[in-house]
Amino acid sequence: MAAIDPVTLAVIQNGLQQVCNEMDTAFVRAAFSPVIAEGLDRSDGIYHRTTGELIAQGELGLPIFVGTMQFSTRAVIDRARSIDPGDIFIVNDPYLGGTHLMDVKFVKPFFYKGRLFAWLANTGHWPDTGGMVPGGFSAKATEVEQEGLRLPPVKLYKKGEIDEEILSIILSNIRIADQRIGDIRAQAAALEIGERRLTSLLDRYGEDTVERAIDLLKRGAAQQMRAKIATIPDGDYRSVAIVDSDGVIDEPLEINLLIRKRGEGMEFDLSKSSPPCRGPMNSVIATTKSAIYLAIKHIFPEVPINAGTFEPLTIPVPEGTFLDARYPRPVSGCAAEVSQRIAEAVFLALADALPDRLFAAPAGTSGNLAIGGTDPQTGNSFVMYIVTGGGYGGSAEFDGISNGCSTIGIAKTPPIEILEQRFPVLFNEFAIAEGSAGAGRHRGGFGVRYAVVLRRGEARASFVMDHGRVGPPGVLGGGSGKPNRIEIRQSGKTYVPLHLSKDQDIQLRAGDVIHVQTPGGGGYGEPSERSPQLREMDDRFGYGLARSTHEEDDAAASALKAAE
Amino acid sequence: MGSVIVGCDVGGTFTDLILHDPVNGLQFAKVPTTTANQAHGVLAALEKTGKNPNGIDLFIHGTTATTNALLERKLAKCALITTRGFRDVLELGRRTRPHPYGLIGTFIPVIPRDLRFEVTERMDATGAVVQPLSEAEVRAVAEEMLSRGAESVVVHFLHSYANPAHELRAAEIIRAIWPNEYVTAGHQIIGECREYERGVTAAVNGSVQPILDRYLNRLEAELKQRGLRRQLLVMQGNGGTASSSIVTRSAVHTVMSGPASGVIAAARTATAAGFPNVVTYDMGGTSTDVALIQEGVPLVSSELEIEYAMPIHVPMVDVHTVGAGGGSIAHVNEAGLLQIGPKSAGAIPGPICFGRGGTEPTITDANLVLGRLNPERLLGVERSTTMTAVAGAMREHVGDALGLTGEQAAAAIIRVANDKMAGAIRLVSLSRGHDPRDFVLLAFGGAGPLHAAALAKELGIPKVLIPARPGLTNALGCLVADLRHDFVRTINKPLSAVSEQELAAVLSAHVEEGRSILAKEDVQIEDVRVFHTADMQFQGQTHILNVAIPEGKFETQALHNAFEQAYWSRFRVALPEIKPVLANLHTAVIGKRKPFPVDALTSRTAARTVADAKRGTRRVWFEDGWFDTPIFDRDRLPLGSEFRGPAILEQLDATTVVDPGNRIEVDVLGNVIIHVAEGQ
Repeated sequence: MAAIDPVTLAVIQNGLQQVCNEMDTAFVRAAFSPVIAEGLDRSDGIYHRTTGELIAQGELGLPIFVGTMQFSTRAVIDRARSIDPGDIFIVNDPYLGGTHLMDVKFVKPFFYKGRLFAWLANTGHWPDTGGMVPGGFSAKATEVEQEGLRLPPVKLYKKGEIDEEILSIILSNIRIADQRIGDIRAQAAALEIGERRLTSLLDRYGEDTVERAIDLLKRGAAQQMRAKIATIPDGDYRSVAIVDSDGVIDEPLEINLLIRKRGEGMEFDLSKSSPPCRGPMNSVIATTKSAIYLAIKHIFPEVPINAGTFEPLTIPVPEGTFLDARYPRPVSGCAAEVSQRIAEAVFLALADALPDRLFAAPAGTSGNLAIGGTDPQTGNSFVMYIVTGGGYGGSAEFDGISNGCSTIGIAKTPPIEILEQRFPVLFNEFAIAEGSAGAGRHRGGFGVRYAVVLRRGEARASFVMDHGRVGPPGVLGGGSGKPNRIEIRQSGKTYVPLHLSKDQDIQLRAGDVIHVQTPGGGGYGEPSERSPQLREMDDRFGYGLARSTHEEDDAAASALKAAE
Repeated sequence: MGSVIVGCDVGGTFTDLILHDPVNGLQFAKVPTTTANQAHGVLAALEKTGKNPNGIDLFIHGTTATTNALLERKLAKCALITTRGFRDVLELGRRTRPHPYGLIGTFIPVIPRDLRFEVTERMDATGAVVQPLSEAEVRAVAEEMLSRGAESVVVHFLHSYANPAHELRAAEIIRAIWPNEYVTAGHQIIGECREYERGVTAAVNGSVQPILDRYLNRLEAELKQRGLRRQLLVMQGNGGTASSSIVTRSAVHTVMSGPASGVIAAARTATAAGFPNVVTYDMGGTSTDVALIQEGVPLVSSELEIEYAMPIHVPMVDVHTVGAGGGSIAHVNEAGLLQIGPKSAGAIPGPICFGRGGTEPTITDANLVLGRLNPERLLGVERSTTMTAVAGAMREHVGDALGLTGEQAAAAIIRVANDKMAGAIRLVSLSRGHDPRDFVLLAFGGAGPLHAAALAKELGIPKVLIPARPGLTNALGCLVADLRHDFVRTINKPLSAVSEQELAAVLSAHVEEGRSILAKEDVQIEDVRVFHTADMQFQGQTHILNVAIPEGKFETQALHNAFEQAYWSRFRVALPEIKPVLANLHTAVIGKRKPFPVDALTSRTAARTVADAKRGTRRVWFEDGWFDTPIFDRDRLPLGSEFRGPAILEQLDATTVVDPGNRIEVDVLGNVIIHVAEGQ
């Protein structure tokens, strides 16, 4: 095999990236699920033909999928008995390299000149896959069967033709099934676009050259990641991040992280974390690993993503903890919430070592709220999802962004005008949560405060959020952001849910109001070092006086104590 | 009897002016842009032509006043009145961050929080009043805004697209006490749902309106003093023009008018040359703009985001910008891969060869080392540097890490840069289901013609068109643009549930309003053309696909079919089981001006033969190595001539590179057409 000149290598790297970006774009524009179309909750990539390792992934894909699809592709490779051109496997089994059940993967063998060259795969978040609550974010499930339909790898398309029988099983087990065929076709069409573009790349540069380039790119990414890691001083770095509760038993869950950094490698030891839990806050191993990958990618965004990127990162399986869930532990909270706490633990552990690159803890919750019922005016049943952002942490350079999206996502919130068009609700406010930002030289961003009223009929509300017990911590002397807060106002009375950030099946009647305030970001650096200009702006804009670090810490400590 | 027309475009570096006089022909002027007050540059350019302004029948102006004000955040003090509970919509945005990876960033809302006020009022999504407007609160807030020094004001209420009554009344109350005309009602800028996007668009309008108004007043006063008798026409982002008195009401329409005007000129040039389907490629110093023209019409989008979290949802020519320009810096990353950008040397310090202190190699430096640019003819050089110094820097910053000489490193930079730009072209245009072989690549801007032939080869595009004046394209856009006014109405109903008569009435109301605006403008037009389009989606989707509707014929079945067909060609997906929904109706009312004779650009002193136009020979690098390459004076190439590359065509403001084997044709309009030899 001839050597590849560095220019061709760069050209092939861009080419592979473009194949994935085009799949991402086509999938979003053609999708029905608002979670995909507006939320961009999807990802597309190219995977190695025998190992399933990541070759390239779309730059606009949902970050948490950065590491998961290689595991599910591997699961398909291990289980497939025969493969033909035009086959597409469907799989959402969390224990086979998955996340939660709503993330449905399509995995397609890619043949070049009659030979299997690679796999193309994508993940899309379906709005429903059955289970005890509409939308799948149950706060109370205790086994995976309650969470929805679980699909092992099966061929949904056989030689290019959809299998109507498998399709009918799927559509009979999920809500709002009538639009799903649109998502299924969009998801399959995206892979087809990838197939066409990858074929022309291979036609242009030749199979051998591309194959070799893939190998060199993997080595290059590993080398680049090692160079980044080398900038961190050797040592042991510890942190703890808290999940409010599992939704069933009202006790905090602890992510206990020890990073051993030696030379050009890092080991992530999570073995001291809490044991598996009853409720749906368990994380499957693919998600646990992926959360660490994405945290590192947030710290070093310039390193491209392929299997080599993760090579210098060692993650022993944290057996016996809630971060290595086994069947039938419920897992619906793992992709959206627990993963963000894992990433937070990584950020907090490394903040002292890399003060110029790191930032204080972001709000770190997806803020899922689902309201479902039947609109008496139209007779149609509906499920409305709201996701909201929160404050990001301050950094060496800037205050945190307000209403930033979840650490693991890039989903936008739907416009209020569109929600009010489609669902029988009215928003009373959508505002900056004044005073929610953690104080610091650079303060955190602000959380959001909103209130939504059911206008007519009856409905059920469920939500899975986090950071309700303690706010996102500050770093280097910065204060914590204010925690997440939910209040439900019914017939003149207001109550706070027992599990603070998680509950399901709350019966709503017309006029009932749900108030949500999402967390503010943590502060960066001592608040006393905040510049007079920034203080003047905080005052002028009425952002609310941030309390001192000590007050915040005391409040956080007493909240923890109260929980124990 | 023709009329004397002036097109004048203010760019980042130069202000360009073209004057067309039916008797004396064309005159060009290029002067440095005067950033503090663009009017000075405009007047200086006009003076250079020696033409008395009182003899000018039409003066069409492209200004970056609003674009710059927005991008540099040098905005007027604008206040907002909005629905109680929602003043932070403009600051909270839609839950995003600047980049998918990395959690550090910053965002500054267009209107700061201390100038955003709430009043009691509320509509629901059907346009029914939930809470009546408190007029007393509006009055009190208006006084408060004035006392805080607000110069302009935006009224932005929830669901005003469904029922504008509250917005209209509030605007009326404010106007009664407001000292100037700067009062914007959000729904009058765009009547579309989505509170953040509509709100930002309105806020931008209010924040640039005083700036545009002041600028145009100043310029018009100066021109009138010098004898100009007519109102100015101003270029808009949609590629059309509007009279100065009208354009200031919706000033947001002038944002991004510079790139739009280049694309309009390209469309006209290419159509005249017989090429209706075009990819435009405008490479400047820091970035490259790419746009698509189909059947002679540039694609226009109402969904563009001009920077992070800055959606401007008025129709704009769909120009995609890539961060690669002549000044983009090349470096080798930790993985040993050659990267171009995103860092740019900008104007200061600029490329190494400009001698303004630049030390890192750029794309321009690579072009120089490879003999593509003439070291004697670089524009804007301060202190000349030697070729060896530039090649040395190439080797040091790029070559050493890759085991390449300085010249080889330069060649590598060009290849990777071309690849990046080709990727952008593919992603914005060709991936939409078009076959590149049906398109022509039209290159302009200072650096476009340097790279166009190589890009075309990479993309499989068979022909490249370099217009007669690649560096004056934006000014030409002003000369050729028609008047244009856009309208939109949100419908949001399944196609099966709409009334054909009702929608036909919406469209004819658009047309009527457009015609009445055209009638008020003091410009001679030959014809009024109307274009209707519909934003369509399948029920349950949020993205839209824009489909044309024939004028005066609103038929649901025809629209249904057109949508399904468009959907199939874009996504290869058919969804017979799902209902199509009509989201929005758009209308563009275009006042066609008398066509500008594009061939007027060719009036110059051509040589008799190709050989006579030759200036000399230089060693130039192409993909297959170094070639002794003839250098031609572009302006002296005879019309209708044909010859083969390799060749370098030099003219005042651009250099065209023609690869070995390519065939060059100079058409009767003075365009250079490069027939690209097949790739590997």
